Amino acid sequence: MTEEVVCLEDIVKIYPLASGDVTALNHVSISIKKGEFVSIIGPSGSGKSTLLNQLGCLDIPTSGILKIGGKNISEMNDSELTNLRLFTIGFIFQKFNLLPLLSAYENVEYPYILKYRRNDKSGRVSKLLAMVGINENLAKHKPSELSGGQQQRVAIARSLVNNPTILLCDEPTGNLDSKTGVLVLKMLRALNQKGKTLIIVTHDPGIASQADRTITIRDGRVVDS
Amino acid sequence: MSDIIFSMAIRNIRINILRSTLAAIGITIGIISIAAMGMLGTNMTASVTESLSSMADKLQVSPYSGKGGGGGPPGMGGSSDNLTKKEYNSIMKIADEYGYGYGVHSIRGSVKKGKDTWNTQVYGLEINDMKKVLDNLTAGGYPSTDNAVLIGDTFATDNDFSVGSIFSVGGDSVKVSGIIASRGMTMDLSTDSAVVMTKDKYESIYGAKDEFNQVNIVLDDIDDADVVTEDIDSTLNRREETVRVQDSSRMASMISSSVTTITSFASLIAGISLLVAAISIFNIMMMSVTERIKEIGVLRSIGTQKVEILRMFVYEAILIGLLGAVIGMVLTLIIGYIFIQIMVGSTKYFFTYDSLIHLPYAMGLGLIICIFSGLYPAWRGANLDPIEALRAE
Repeated sequence: MTEEVVCLEDIVKIYPLASGDVTALNHVSISIKKGEFVSIIGPSGSGKSTLLNQLGCLDIPTSGILKIGGKNISEMNDSELTNLRLFTIGFIFQKFNLLPLLSAYENVEYPYILKYRRNDKSGRVSKLLAMVGINENLAKHKPSELSGGQQQRVAIARSLVNNPTILLCDEPTGNLDSKTGVLVLKMLRALNQKGKTLIIVTHDPGIASQADRTITIRDGRVVDS
Repeated sequence: MSDIIFSMAIRNIRINILRSTLAAIGITIGIISIAAMGMLGTNMTASVTESLSSMADKLQVSPYSGKGGGGGPPGMGGSSDNLTKKEYNSIMKIADEYGYGYGVHSIRGSVKKGKDTWNTQVYGLEINDMKKVLDNLTAGGYPSTDNAVLIGDTFATDNDFSVGSIFSVGGDSVKVSGIIASRGMTMDLSTDSAVVMTKDKYESIYGAKDEFNQVNIVLDDIDDADVVTEDIDSTLNRREETVRVQDSSRMASMISSSVTTITSFASLIAGISLLVAAISIFNIMMMSVTERIKEIGVLRSIGTQKVEILRMFVYEAILIGLLGAVIGMVLTLIIGYIFIQIMVGSTKYFFTYDSLIHLPYAMGLGLIICIFSGLYPAWRGANLDPIEALRAE
């Protein structure tokens, strides 16, 4: 039986606002197994980003149980949640979100240093950069000196540096031209085939169609999974 | 381990080098103000103490004039201005126990040279006392006759007198036998602008035979000042106050204390500049946090702990403080040196421990203020909601 890496049981997320409470997730239950490629689609305001934030341990649910790698995140403090993000989850954002002060190489090495408290001497960072097609020369450049596609490749390498179980992608091709988007998606698909659990939030039905499973969200509820 | 957090703090300072330098200059100004004021105080105190130390071992005993009498010259204005023979003998007896005592006649006397007449301080001393107390002649020698006098260095210069010059004091003609070197600020004998004649000559002009109007005591041990004062009080002031004892060391410590108080107050005023610098750093750190909200969101999302974000901003504040402190240290040494040369007239004590210690104190204070100014912005940055921070543009 395949191991369950993500488990949401009756998750509710309510944002208390002055104008009244907003229920962003309404009794959502999802189970994602190790190595699965899952796409999450839905219209704007449906709750996709809220769900991604829950899966990425950036936020905790108002009620329900959310387990990542078998651990209930509601029972964790901020430091434990941060460590879970560092060790278990790799983030890939639509706008790349590389650190502007660091070079491409340092961006990839940064989570490695946070985890191991030392610089990478094993060559892992260089290997990952080479794997995503960033050569040594490009690796020395700051993110602002790289193209969108190159930045997203660096972001993918960064997300993989601590060998996470889960890759969370928020519109990973949203800021790329179609040709580069296809290449990035191909790269992500290859990582999934190597065993990474891939969860992609997207508007693009073309990307969603490549996933093993598509979860459709509307008005904070799962309408199809 | 490579401290990537520290490295990022350095890079952020470098990117915003102008802003960071301006903030550091605020700290620099604060450090210069506080350290220079402290140094000024120390140098002034040391300088004043040195000036007063020569008289710190001396006591002056004079008739008590608190009853309102006196004011006239000894022997002319009434006996209350002079010590009686009995009082003199009692004082000298005590003085002999603890050091050396000598009687002093003194008056503002009329001096005439040619057609010019003016008043100056005139002292009458025994020859032996002159030799012992005024042992710093720049020219000539001690009087060998009653018509010979010593004159002060300033008196000689101002009136163009030299050894052998003749002028009259109180109507009697006298001849300069020697010139006394400048003695500066003293409480026993202010000879710089004075004429010092023999006791017999003084008494022949002004009267008051054997009735001195002051006895000076030079103590063998400076710590005996209180004991001698008590002895004189218990001997002569038991029933009513007849003599007054002035303790020079007390005066010296009062002056030093006043200088310290004034410079401490000035340092406090100078501290306001550090307060202004603190506000500037607080403002810059808040700007830095606000500009980097998105970056904070990314850092948090990829596994950076709150405490590491806090550390990053505190490092920035420390780096700004260190930059300001180092510049402040160099400039304080230069500006402080010039400032003290101008204000005190000497940099003799500038490189002493007591003077230079103000530098690390001011630097430490500047650095602490920087850290405190950076703490709240750092805390605010560290506690940003990662989701909200990621949404920021």
